[in-house]
Amino acid sequence: MKSLSEIETTSKRASRASGYSWGISEEVGKSIRLLEMFSFKGIKNLNEYFKDKKDKKFENLNLIDENNECLEFSYCPIILGVSFLDQIKNLEKIKTVNFSKIAYPLLFLPFLSRSSEVIGKKIFFKFEKNEFLLNINVNIATNLLNENCPNVATNAEVKILENNDNFMEQDWKSLYQLSEKTFVEETESLKKGAAGAGLTDND
Amino acid sequence: MRVELRDPNIIMKLSRLGSFHQSKLSFLRSFLDEFKDWEYNRDLFNLDSGGYGVAIYSFKKNKRVYSLVCFANKIDDNDRSDRVIATKWDAAFTLHDGVPSKKDIERLKNEVPRQEVGRLSYKELTLSRANKSVRVFNHVVENLSKGIQPDLNLLEKVGYLYRTTAVYGSGKFGLADRFRIKNRTEINGPFRLEMMLVYLVRQFTFDQVNHVAKHKNPKSAVNLDPKICRNLGIGNSTGLGMAPFIVNHPTLLNNWVLSREIALKKIREIENVNSKDKDLFKKCVKDSLKNITSWNSESEFQIKKINSLLINVKRFLEFLENQLDFKSPYPFNQIYSWLEKETCEETIEYIVSMMMEPFDEIVQPLIKNMSSDEERYFRIPTERTVLELKNILKQRYPEILKIDFENKSNLRNFWFISKNKEEPRYADRFEEEGAELEQPLAIARDIKRLNDQLNSCKDDLTIDRFLMNNSDLRHVVRRAFIIEKFPYAEIQDNTISENVVPIDMLRLKLSFFGALKFDPRSDKWLRICMFQGAPLPNELKDYNQHWVYC
Repeated sequence: MKSLSEIETTSKRASRASGYSWGISEEVGKSIRLLEMFSFKGIKNLNEYFKDKKDKKFENLNLIDENNECLEFSYCPIILGVSFLDQIKNLEKIKTVNFSKIAYPLLFLPFLSRSSEVIGKKIFFKFEKNEFLLNINVNIATNLLNENCPNVATNAEVKILENNDNFMEQDWKSLYQLSEKTFVEETESLKKGAAGAGLTDND
Repeated sequence: MRVELRDPNIIMKLSRLGSFHQSKLSFLRSFLDEFKDWEYNRDLFNLDSGGYGVAIYSFKKNKRVYSLVCFANKIDDNDRSDRVIATKWDAAFTLHDGVPSKKDIERLKNEVPRQEVGRLSYKELTLSRANKSVRVFNHVVENLSKGIQPDLNLLEKVGYLYRTTAVYGSGKFGLADRFRIKNRTEINGPFRLEMMLVYLVRQFTFDQVNHVAKHKNPKSAVNLDPKICRNLGIGNSTGLGMAPFIVNHPTLLNNWVLSREIALKKIREIENVNSKDKDLFKKCVKDSLKNITSWNSESEFQIKKINSLLINVKRFLEFLENQLDFKSPYPFNQIYSWLEKETCEETIEYIVSMMMEPFDEIVQPLIKNMSSDEERYFRIPTERTVLELKNILKQRYPEILKIDFENKSNLRNFWFISKNKEEPRYADRFEEEGAELEQPLAIARDIKRLNDQLNSCKDDLTIDRFLMNNSDLRHVVRRAFIIEKFPYAEIQDNTISENVVPIDMLRLKLSFFGALKFDPRSDKWLRICMFQGAPLPNELKDYNQHWVYC
């Protein structure tokens, strides 16, 4: 078994050898480490992307907008990911961002995951029938775990989710009532001696 | 009285860092302190008459066990090499997490002796190999087998029976990643498991030499005297592999140096020093003279440093005896001022290390701060501005921004990874090929480039926009924001200059390991000794904390 440290170092060096700057390569190393730690096929996808990159062209999207249409080729997932991470505080205001075509979308995921941590909000990523929920960089939930991720994501959508409860108020109330059964009724004398109790609050 | 921390622009110069010495903060000393009440055992010692076979040593406490698995192999004299390009060694070791099963031992037997080309698992924590000092080992065997102890002069000259040529950890070759074990309190200090490996290897070398002598002459052989064992350590040959580590781990470097600086500051701020602490400090300085006089090196560079150290420490002792009144306020601040005025970098740092000896209450809490959660500082704060970044560079890199990189001598060298051994190397970019594959270790040059580029941008431009057009500078942008928070994280020198002495970088790291007797063999590698004078495993329950100077 390869250690995560080996995975990070090798991914970083391979990215540099594929023409990315050292700074970007460091980002790739961290990203592939994250994917493999979450049991996604990071190494496989990175390898295939770098092989593809030798013969095919990909577009670099540096400044991300609400709707992003490729001119001719799919977006490079690495440059797109780094741009997304760098611009996340502005993108947070837009809330929903669309991309017409992203190459190797699995490689874009860790950047979304890290962005989710930066703003402290969950991020939802969807293309075709494939869905991913990025949970503050703690985990990634998906309906695609055991299947190969497609090499291209068309009409991809990234939604920044507001921090709302994940349950109905009624469910919460019901559970809270149950939790109250661990409380003890306080006597009047105990109430008088509790913190803040006194003759006057205007002293 | 409030004493300021020493200026990072002075302390982080390579010549100063290359003058650092071991101290109570050093990892091998804090390792001994942490594991002193663990149960030590030799669990297996299955060597043949020539000393070849398998041995296992362990430290155990409650349900936690760390086991050193040793494989001693017969090798041809022609195959023995300390260079990293070697493929065979007298012995190979791994530290296994727990008690190894028979199946584990069989697996390790096939992998550990192969070192870099073998594969370890998450159950192994560190990996190493070592070669005999054949001259000393054979001499000791010969004498012990005749029933006599070896020649102490010879042992003193060398200082060890074996020297390691590499110690690996943290995920290399399949070893466990740091994150798997980072919550264990007993290893809450850098390189603690590497130190454990070296310490147990030292014991193996004594057991092996006794075993071979006994088989050579069962009737008359004696064991090596424990006093002699105590004065032997483990040698180590260290090359450039270590140098990039301190550049690649800036927050860790900061935490090491900052701990040292805080200790010094707090000691200088002690107004009244009691006589017990005063006496201990004086005793350490006096006793340490023998460490200097027994420090052998053939390097002219080092001989000069040792001679000057000896002269200055003697002068310092005179100052202590005849001029300094320890009853006057802030005696250690007076000492430090005298050292700065009267001596050299080597002596200053030598005495600074010794100042810590009496003050456990200052040093112990700092040891816990010497690790770093590096991931926390990886993100670039892209919402900040060019002006803010310019100010960081101005404040943190004042000397580096003055370097003229148009001058060839200032960018003479480049760091690269050798294809043969995947190890860092250093070469002249104008004479050797491969500079286009340079590693990102020319921090001074790249910071200067960043500064030039920032000067051509508007001050209110945010960093995310700056990076869109300057991806090639991303690694130093990240670095500058780290350095902003960690003043001792950066070497304040040009690591690619014609004049750089790479062994200064090695010595810095080795001093924090706790190495003694640095012996440069060129400007690119050196030999050291670890654990020389340290208590033996069966003495750990009650040992003299100041053993380095005794």
